[in-house]
Amino acid sequence: MSSHDHDHDHPHEPIANGDEPAAAERVRALVDLLVERGVIGREDVRRQMDWLVSRSPSDGARLVARAWVDPEFRQRLFADTRAAAFELDLDPGPSPIVVALENTESVHHMVVCTLCSCYPKALLGPPPDWYKDFPYRSRAVSEPRAVLEEFGVHLDDDVELRVVDSTADIRYLVIPQRPPGTEAMREDELAALVTRDSMIGVAIPAAPSPTIS
Amino acid sequence: MKYQTGQAVRVSARRHEGHHRTPAYVKGRRGTIARVHASFRNPETHAYGKDGLPEQRLYLVSFPQSDLWPEYRSSTTDRLYVDVFEHWLEEAE
Repeated sequence: MSSHDHDHDHPHEPIANGDEPAAAERVRALVDLLVERGVIGREDVRRQMDWLVSRSPSDGARLVARAWVDPEFRQRLFADTRAAAFELDLDPGPSPIVVALENTESVHHMVVCTLCSCYPKALLGPPPDWYKDFPYRSRAVSEPRAVLEEFGVHLDDDVELRVVDSTADIRYLVIPQRPPGTEAMREDELAALVTRDSMIGVAIPAAPSPTIS
Repeated sequence: MKYQTGQAVRVSARRHEGHHRTPAYVKGRRGTIARVHASFRNPETHAYGKDGLPEQRLYLVSFPQSDLWPEYRSSTTDRLYVDVFEHWLEEAE
């Protein structure tokens, strides 16, 4: 993680993956209480967890790759992301509405949930721990360019950075730009280039490096 | 809906005890409606076992980053976008 040289008193904790999320113990206590009071059953919890871990970034990646190769699909994706997901037989999840954000040469989007950890789980699977922790949630809004540098992304000043704080019922999915040098690649090969972080907006997909023979 | 895309709004600066979805860092700030979403149940009552009705219109509101954070790099046109419910918005000049 890079150091910084400005002088003020708020913390700049590194964005890191912990062993176990700090909230785990609290969640266990909450589940015990809800089960004890008959609000939910253990079966409901297990079913939800099964659903969540069955989701993965490869679902979102299929949407992105199709948008890269099919301009009409791309239009439909930005007009109605939920309907576009159904076209590819993807499950966009129950009620929260998914909105796709288009990265271009001049605009870069990055998603955060400052109030908790809202995330397009149906299309990306469980969020990374750093997404749920305080350092990312606070710094992504106040000094997003420094956060991006820590993820290895440098944006020139003439690129407009749009940080989207998903505070309510909408879930945001970043559609990154297609990397240069991928013109000859098939849709399924392209999908393999689309990482989870690039759909959060903290990474940029790259063309595969040339193999050394 | 009360507000249209492109309209200037101000986020209410009022205090609210209990669960609500308006982040403190935009309270009292002037922004622009970037997108009009659908209406959703009001989390301020829905979170407490009530029905959350009537539904409230949700808007995506954008703010210049340099208005929000005094130390923000001013050489950029960076913006912050936040979803805010209608009952937290006021008309602005």
